[in-house]
Formats: sequence, C-alpha cells, structure tokens
Amino acid sequence: MIEIKEHPLDKYLRADRIPHIWCPGCGLGSILNCFLHALKECKIDLDNLAIVSGIGCTGRVAGYLNVDSYHTTHGRAIPFATGLKLANPKIKVVVFSGDGDLFAIGGNHFIHAARRNVDITVICVNNYNYGMTGGQLGPTTPIGAKTTTTPYGNFEHPFNLCKVAAASGAVYVARWTALHVRRLKESMKEALMKKGFSFVEVIASCPTTYGRYNKMPTGLDTMKYYKENSIIMHSIDPNKTDIDDRIIVGKFVDIEKPTFDEMLKKVGK
Amino acid sequence: MKAKFYSGNIACAEGALRAGCRFFAGYPITPSTEIAEHMALKLPKVGGIFIQMEDEIASIAAVLGASWGGLKAMTATSGPGFSLMQENIGLAAITETPCVIVDVQRAGPSTGMPTLVGQGDVMQARWGSHGDYEVVALSPSTPEECFYMTIKAFNLSEEYRCPVILLMDESVGHTSEKIIIDDEKIEIFERRKPTDKPYFPFDENAPMACCGGGYRVHVTGLTHDRKGYPMATSPEVQEWLVRKICDKIRNNEARIRSIEEFLMDDAKLALVSFGGPARSCKSAVKKARNEGYKVGLIRLKTIWPFPEEYFEKMKDMDFLVVEVNYGQIKLEVERCVRKKVHLLPKMGGEIHKPDEIYEKIKEVYND
Ligand code: SF4
Repeated sequence: MIEIKEHPLDKYLRADRIPHIWCPGCGLGSILNCFLHALKECKIDLDNLAIVSGIGCTGRVAGYLNVDSYHTTHGRAIPFATGLKLANPKIKVVVFSGDGDLFAIGGNHFIHAARRNVDITVICVNNYNYGMTGGQLGPTTPIGAKTTTTPYGNFEHPFNLCKVAAASGAVYVARWTALHVRRLKESMKEALMKKGFSFVEVIASCPTTYGRYNKMPTGLDTMKYYKENSIIMHSIDPNKTDIDDRIIVGKFVDIEKPTFDEMLKKVGK
Repeated sequence: MKAKFYSGNIACAEGALRAGCRFFAGYPITPSTEIAEHMALKLPKVGGIFIQMEDEIASIAAVLGASWGGLKAMTATSGPGFSLMQENIGLAAITETPCVIVDVQRAGPSTGMPTLVGQGDVMQARWGSHGDYEVVALSPSTPEECFYMTIKAFNLSEEYRCPVILLMDESVGHTSEKIIIDDEKIEIFERRKPTDKPYFPFDENAPMACCGGGYRVHVTGLTHDRKGYPMATSPEVQEWLVRKICDKIRNNEARIRSIEEFLMDDAKLALVSFGGPARSCKSAVKKARNEGYKVGLIRLKTIWPFPEEYFEKMKDMDFLVVEVNYGQIKLEVERCVRKKVHLLPKMGGEIHKPDEIYEKIKEVYND
C-alpha cells in the first residue's frame, strides 16, 4: 500500500484548487513557494492573514492560498486592501499581484497607499508583460523588447518599480529575481514583519508570452540570464537601480515612519 | 424624539452613523461633498474610519474591502464619480458584498452642471456595471427621508448582501429644514454571521464570514460556485449564480417596495415622480384638485427593483411622469402599463415649478 503523506506546506494551500493554471517554466510557482516558506517561518496565524490580488496570472495567487483571499478588479487590489486593513487592523494584509495590475491600471493607487504608509505588504511579480492576455506591453517592458503590441520593439521608457516605491514613501523596498529563492524568502519575511507599506519586487520569467518573443523561450533560459546579469547591491540609492543590461537586486529601503493608522490616532487626539 | 435642522446631505451622513456605518471612503465631488465632510468630522468620534481616497474607483474598492473587514461601509459621490465606481459595484453584486453608495445627482452627461440638480442617473444606477445583476436604489424627497432612507439602505444591503444605492439629487441634498428623529421608528439590521462548519459563503441566503473569522473564504469576481471557487468556464454555474444574485432582489420586490400615494383614491391621472421634484408635484396636485381635476401622485421611494406588479394593476390610469431628465422612469412606467405615458421632462439645472406641472396636468387631462 502506498502511504500518502501530507506535504509540510499543504495547510497553506487550498489543496482542492490544485493543479494551478500557471505555465511550465513560469516564475510564479517558485515565488509562491518562497512565500509559503516565509509565512511558515514567520509563524503567521493563517486565520489572521488576508491575500488580496487584482487581475492577471499573478492575481490567481489569492485563489490558491488557504486564507481569507480576495480576487478583486483589475488594478484595484491596493485600495481594497486599504479598506480591509483599516476595518480590521488585526489582520495582516498582503497584496500579491503583477506589474501590469499594480503599476499600469493601478499605478495611482500604489503611489497613494505608499504615501499614506498604509500597513500592508505589496509583492509585485514583474515579468515585463501582460501574461494572461497574451503578452502585451506593460509599464515595465524594457526598451527594445518585443511584445504582441510592440511588434517592432518597445519604445516606451519603462518604470523602475523600486524607484517609484521609494519615491512614493514605502518604508521597505527590495528587489529579487525568481532565481534568488532564499534571499527572496528572507525579504518576504522582512516585508511581512515590517510595520507600514512594504514592497517586494520579484523579477520573474514568463516563457510563454514574454520569453518566446525575446530569445528566452524556456524558464531555464531566463534563470541563466538572471544568474549572469543580476548583481546584489544592498542599500544602493533606488535611483540607481534602473534595469538595463544588469538587474540590480537587494534591499534598497528599510526605514521607520508612522503608519496611516498611527497618524490617524495621533492627530485624532 | 428630537428635532434637528439639517440639509439632506447632513441628514444622510447622520442616518449612516445611526445605521452603524463605521467606514467611509470617498472623493470630493459636488454636490455630495458635505456627506464626506460630515463623516470626516463624526466618524473618529465613534471609533470609525474616514479616508479620503485618491479617486472614486479607490473609494468604492476600499468600501468593499472594509465591508469584508467586518464594518458597515459607505461612499458618497455624484454622476461622474458614480460612473467611475461602476466596475466595483458589479464586483459588490457578484461577491454579494453589502455596501451603500450615495449618488447625489447633478445634471450630466459628463461634467454637466456640477452645482445644479439632475436626475439622470436612474438607468445608470440600474445598468451601470456590465453583465446581469440587480441592485436596490432608494430615492428620498426630503432631508428627513434622507436620514431614514440611509438607515434603510444599510438594512437592505446587509439583509440581501447587495450594493444599495441611495439615489438622491442636489435639490434634496442641499435643502435644509427641520427633521424629526424618532428612535421608535428606527430599526437596525445587523449582519448575519456564520456559526456552522462546513460553511458555504455563496450559498443562497448565506450569512457573511468576514476577514479573520476563521472561515478562510475565497472571494472572486469570477463566476464562482457556492464555495467561492472560480468556475469561469461553466455555463451551469454562471446560470445558477446570475439567477441567485438577481432573484434575491426580484423575488423580494414587494418587500423592498416603498411607494407614497397622494390623493390617488379616485384619481384618473396619476403623476409619477421621485426625489426633489416630487414635492413640486404635490403642490401642483393640490392646486389641480382645487380646480376639480381628479389627479393624484405616485411618489417612488424605491426606484429599483421597479414596482412592475404595482403599475401593471393600474393599466386604466393615465400617467404623467415628472422627472429631471429626458424620460428615464417614463420608459419603465410605459413598459409596465404597456401604453404611452405622458412626460414632463427637465434636462437638469432646476426642478419643475408647481405651476408648470399644473399647466401640464391641464393639458394632459383635457386632451
Ligand atoms: S502566461 Fe506567463 S506569467 Fe502567465 S502563467 Fe504563463 S508563464 Fe506565467
């Protein structure tokens, strides 16, 4: 008889929702794995954790985690999370979404939540394109990259997400790639435990709709690329972290500032 | 019992506080802004949260988040802001999230007449979001009604787990007068919470497990089953879901319905109106009665779901719809009575004067 053992991370997932919809070679699997380990090591009470997502491949994360989870409208995960956190401050609220969701349609909400220092953690999986709709230009698509809506190569200047986060007032800002699994997990842990608006950007492969057009047709190609081109530079000025030939990764911001809630209570008195 | 001197907007905010609203997210827009301002002043004193968001989309999204966080939550806006909120009103409908959206209407389309009255959002309240869904929309005519109807809006929203729209208009929001607050007339419906496991958050008539309740609910705008799990390619589940969210409102229309009849007993011609202009209608009806015209007024306090059955029973009556738009409620009345009805429109900017309504009554009556 085969003995079926429970996986140590099973309790974090809605087992009845697996298998997930993500493509082979997609960075999302390992990123979610890092997140589960981070939750475990931080000993977070799953009854007091909420995941909020917008729309897109990353947006599906909410549906796989065995916690109160909210899959909201495109771009609006952060304001939804803001309402949730303010209404119920005992809940740890994590927004887990993609670069298109958080920074194109949702860009305004991102900068304002960071400005207010709402006590939430935002994890942004940046794969340089809109995966779910078939690989269109996103706000982080590098110049020259081919997507289905930039068939001649992208000519728009991309956002540097960490620079935006730091400039908007985030108290914790870090960037890793899907290759840096241990460091990413540690960073997620720090972000989860940080009071205030914490932000972790994860550069991830999307072989299906981005890699295919940009000479990285498999997840492995992307991993090799990350290995050869990323440089760890902790505490570097976020202004100097633009992604070009190199991907600068590390923890860039870790500061203290009163949260929206604390300010509200202080001024209210 | 106490008497207060309030504008409709302030009465609405006071009603919300009384109903137990403890979260308000909004973005300033004329002519609704006094509601936000009053909530900013009062909510901190009762342990509630006020937040001015970066836009109306963020406001309604925050309201939905707060509702799942366990609080009664509201936003207030006017036409342009209401348009921006529509996608998330659809999310509230499909996720069965209680929330109250106040729309103090001004004249549109677009920026229109920001400081002046309109009633052009009737159809937007019903059909503003995409797909098939139902909402409840209530329309007060006086500041006193703004107070009580806001409480009712919260009660219906909590009871049916649906977005409820308080369809005000500038003429009501900015009218100040004496209102009587009678505690005996106030009932508060508290949100039903689950007590048993297994619990299916999207069963018909299911109570609502808020965040942190230990039920680990998945909430999605995708077509979902009774557990809340996405079933976005199942026509059967879509059929079940759409019927559920629509029928819980449609089948309860008679319970939700609220209509004021004025001198209707022997009337041959019925005016149909709502909100601010319904008060002008009343004066006009009184004057016409003095002149011997058998005319009455049907004032709609519930706009959606529309009282179809009620109108269907009055097929022999002649109707004159008086509204500050180019004929939105008129379409509904015509649909129910299956014949042409008369319309006295106003495109917006001011409400009808009693005399012009009286003139129209004479014209229609003698026709
Ligand atoms: S489309 Fe791209 S991002 Fe989406 S699941 Fe596939 S590989 Fe991942």
